[in-house]
Amino acid sequence: MFKGNFVQNLPKIYGTYTGGFIVFIILMAIAEQAGMTAKTIGILFVAFTVCIYAFIGYLSRTVQVDAYYVAGRQVPTVFNGMATAADWMSGASFVAMAGGIYFGGYTYMAFLVGWTGGYVLVSSLLAPYLRKFGCYTVPDFIGTRYGGNLARFCAVVVLSLASFTYVTAQINATGTIASRALAIPFELGVWVGLISILLCSMLGGMRAVTWTQVAQYIVLIIAYLIPIFWISNKGGFGVFPHLMLGEEVARLSELEAQFGLIKNSAADIKAAGVPGGLKSIAVAHSEVPSGGMAAWKFISLALCMMVGTASLPHILMRYFTTPSVKAARKSVAWSLFFIAILYTSAPMLATLSKLSLMDPTLSTGIIGKPIADVMQIEWVSQWVNVKQAFIADFNGDGVLQLNEWFMRGDVVVLSTPEVAGLPYVISGLVAAGGMAAAMSTADGLILAIANALSHDVYYKIIDPKADVRKRLLVARALLIVIGAAGAYIASMRITSILGAVAWAFDFAMSGLFFPLILGVWWKRATREGAIAGMIAGLGSGTAYLIYVYPKFMGNPAWLGIDHLRFGIIGASVCLVVMVVVSLMTKEPDSATQKMVDEVRIPSGKTILGKQH
Amino acid sequence: MSNKEKHWEKTRGLMVLTLVIWFVFGYLIFMFGSSLNEGSFLGYPLAYYMCAQGSIIAFVVLIFWFANKQEKIDEEFGFQERGEDD
Repeated sequence: MFKGNFVQNLPKIYGTYTGGFIVFIILMAIAEQAGMTAKTIGILFVAFTVCIYAFIGYLSRTVQVDAYYVAGRQVPTVFNGMATAADWMSGASFVAMAGGIYFGGYTYMAFLVGWTGGYVLVSSLLAPYLRKFGCYTVPDFIGTRYGGNLARFCAVVVLSLASFTYVTAQINATGTIASRALAIPFELGVWVGLISILLCSMLGGMRAVTWTQVAQYIVLIIAYLIPIFWISNKGGFGVFPHLMLGEEVARLSELEAQFGLIKNSAADIKAAGVPGGLKSIAVAHSEVPSGGMAAWKFISLALCMMVGTASLPHILMRYFTTPSVKAARKSVAWSLFFIAILYTSAPMLATLSKLSLMDPTLSTGIIGKPIADVMQIEWVSQWVNVKQAFIADFNGDGVLQLNEWFMRGDVVVLSTPEVAGLPYVISGLVAAGGMAAAMSTADGLILAIANALSHDVYYKIIDPKADVRKRLLVARALLIVIGAAGAYIASMRITSILGAVAWAFDFAMSGLFFPLILGVWWKRATREGAIAGMIAGLGSGTAYLIYVYPKFMGNPAWLGIDHLRFGIIGASVCLVVMVVVSLMTKEPDSATQKMVDEVRIPSGKTILGKQH
Repeated sequence: MSNKEKHWEKTRGLMVLTLVIWFVFGYLIFMFGSSLNEGSFLGYPLAYYMCAQGSIIAFVVLIFWFANKQEKIDEEFGFQERGEDD
């Protein structure tokens, strides 16, 4: 059934799948009316979707190298776009982004611009050329273009560091969602999440991950959009929220002025016993902070995220799977299209959920109401009980002020359906969507690391004579080891979801951005230059992170370049060192120059063979 | 100049133009965020709208436009791929 005409049948297969999922949602809604408990619905949603992904993973099993590493290079443009979108939109995008906008307003939205603009760099500077190269992994390109095992190895180190930073956050998110939906402890939830992730990728590598990611995209986008449209229509805010929330944004500014945006002092927060990680609204929603420094902080954050996007191997490797160079280019456009559907919705969700809470004229509003009444509301007491929300009556007047309501950022998306009084089936759907988002990204990341280690370190450096069976065995064993390591670290709960995610971008841009683009765009770039650039870039970026991060050395940030933006230092050092060392060393031989010429035109054979 | 060099020169030109447009929507407009916010679009403050939707939509359109332009350049110099297996 999945052989032969599989690619032509794709629209039909995924159309049926989408229909089936919608039928499942309706069945759950009926079951809820019939008296099924919220807990059972949550379990069914997560279990049902995860089983489908595992089934797809099983059907996509393979024993061929090019199917395992690059899905046989037959993924059509639009489907690769969906898979990339799922690969890209992590647990952080799904669960934490609307929460970030909720608390950070305009300032936080630099992430939106940064996490989308990077695709312009991917399409114009990298994706088509890497596809023409025909590599299996990103270090495969570095190793072949610059030559030598050391360059390849340096690229593997940068890739592993960046991807691993990212993957712990994803496993953490799957753990959070699994533990909530299945009502199990977080530590156990992390391992359940990991097993689900491995079920999708173990047997079929890139091929299995591709087809599960398409399925996961469909689930996550449905789960994100339904609540937004429902709330917007139910509350009478507008039939099509994306175009019609202008008044609501203006109303938020009014309410902010009415309640006052008060930043609580650290001492007050501590004295009231607010649990760690919970925040109150203290920043304007749509107002632009004045001054050059604020603008620079916005721009520099966007810059780091964009350049980081174009350096993250789990994204770049998705474009190795398209049938042609032309398809790779188009596929980047489709990727961003599918990403934009969710990203342009996140600010709308933040606006709606903020307004639902803040507007005293709405029945859902809690600010300005007596605290005793607010505590009676079911969802409030639920979240307060698990320390995800908190009320601190600073002025002791018994009325809830804006600065007295604390909430964890992640809760915004997860609680909005309950806050707006939607049926529980929607909360179950949102949990399944969050799970899909975190799983798909984790799969892409674990596969990127395992492929780099199995192909570039094991096959290319350690044992070039290994046969196909042995290579794929090593690749699968590495998947388990890396996944387990990620889950172990995630279960120790070290850092919040977003801090870690931004670091992955900075690590990647520090070490990989310039070696990648100069490999295509500058013939004079030499092996020594690339190696020196990668080492100096990653080294200086990491050193600066340690220097500036409050939990490490905690020195004041230089020019506003804080720990979220350390890639600016790393990438600049990388560029300078790479150019200087390249110019000091002998220019690449004519074979390398010819290879670069070949990479620059779409026609003709790929540089590396179909199977290598 | 050989065919390949001409093709690359045009490709580079398109890349630079694409990145200039990218720079405008990704950075330039946000350098003037506060004054931009005095304008409005669909009832949203303009700077808020641009980072919530405007720039993102601009990036999507830009990449589709870029891909089509680059295909034309490849065809012009006869470097387009032939068949799916190339």
